[in-house]
Amino acid sequence: MLTPEQQALKPNNPKMTARDVNVFYGQKQAINKVSIDVDMENVTAFIGPSGCGKSTFLRTMNRMNDTVASARVEGEITLDGDNIYSSSMDVVQLRARVGMVFQKPNPFPKSIYENIAYGPRIHGLASAKADMDVIVEKSLRRAGLWEEVKDRLHDSGTALSGGQQQRLCIGRAIAVEPEVILMDEPCSALDPIATAKIEELIHELRGRYAIVIVTHNMQQAARVSQRTAFFHLGTLVEYGVTSDIFTNPRQERTKDYITGRYG
Amino acid sequence: MAEHTVKAFDEDIDKLRGLIAEMGGRAESALEDAMTALVREDKKLAAKVVAGDARIDELEAEVEKLAIQTIALRAPMANDLREVIAALKIVGVVERIGDYAKNIAKRVPLIAVNKRTLEPVSLLPSMAQIAGEMVHDALNAFSARDADLALAVVNRDTVVDDFYNSIFRTLVTFMVENPKTITECAHLLFIAKNIERIGDHATNVAEMVYYAATGQYLPDRERGETPELN
Repeated sequence: MLTPEQQALKPNNPKMTARDVNVFYGQKQAINKVSIDVDMENVTAFIGPSGCGKSTFLRTMNRMNDTVASARVEGEITLDGDNIYSSSMDVVQLRARVGMVFQKPNPFPKSIYENIAYGPRIHGLASAKADMDVIVEKSLRRAGLWEEVKDRLHDSGTALSGGQQQRLCIGRAIAVEPEVILMDEPCSALDPIATAKIEELIHELRGRYAIVIVTHNMQQAARVSQRTAFFHLGTLVEYGVTSDIFTNPRQERTKDYITGRYG
Repeated sequence: MAEHTVKAFDEDIDKLRGLIAEMGGRAESALEDAMTALVREDKKLAAKVVAGDARIDELEAEVEKLAIQTIALRAPMANDLREVIAALKIVGVVERIGDYAKNIAKRVPLIAVNKRTLEPVSLLPSMAQIAGEMVHDALNAFSARDADLALAVVNRDTVVDDFYNSIFRTLVTFMVENPKTITECAHLLFIAKNIERIGDHATNVAEMVYYAATGQYLPDRERGETPELN
């Protein structure tokens, strides 16, 4: 069930919806009855202390938790109205539509060009070299990396700086034309300049993709998102307009966390 | 309220609140002393009030500096942010209250001794006492984060306005009947206006305190009538 605040903010065109989602790791319940909608217009930030379940919940949104043997998901998560946990859902296709960027940049040990081209190739988005060149350039441009790497596309992706590697990973996610991009602490390994570039990129990608970002950095959540969800002990404590959450949170637990009074 | 994990943050906030309490206390005494000086023809006390305003101005600068530093270094959020911003705004207002008290004190030597028995003079101390209490309570409300006390201050503003209206009419009548008192009456009118403004400023402080404490704005209130505008 959506909370009253969520009802009030309910997007007209939710890209993804979650209803009463529970996640268990073996006997332990990591997520308890979480319901939330995300849309293309608003970047949604998940915040909360370590172990609150925000990353676990993010990973349910493209079935990343399938890779964890003991994980079990209950409830319903939809993408354009289709339940992503139904047996008819093609998980490979799902993960192309719902891309993910991780905490540590993880480019393939291949050239910059190949890092981008790999996904489109296996998904059959381009076969001719010329078509692939177009996809690579477009993806790198959208990832804000093109100008920095256009003269060395065949250098190894791992030779780039950390911030460039992370933008390469975002470009790689973009290359398969996703509809949703999930980011799990995408800047925690980056310096402030590289962080600012990613944040600017998130701002530019907003509207084209539904973006959900998990971050430990509350200033970052405040800077990049329009909606903020605060998780604590596996529950969604508060969800609201980002500027309200950071100036006037409704819940005592949210207030204590964002003002630095937690625990 | 629970403490911050970073204790130095609490120290900054406490220091900020301490400075504002001191500043408010000084503005309140300035008004009280200015009125005592007026009633007792005490030019020395009046001069002390005028000189004391410099310290109020200094405190404003100190609070501004500390508030900006706190925002830059601690990145306050939610109620902390509202409180620091309120502190910044409140000191600007309290500084104005100090100026009004100073202005009253400056007029003390200009009112001739034999005119000090003018009837309207007797009303001013009571009016000033209420305005002074409003300043006191507004700052106490800030100190205690007490939204109810802040609301009570806001609701008291009409009393000061009513006082002002009554004094305004009395002084105008008095001037018509005794044209020789016009100079003194004009000064008294300005003094009454200053006190009325102090009441308004105390109300503004109370509104900021209410917002800082609750995150909600007070609905627009009914204001007392301003006679010279009717």
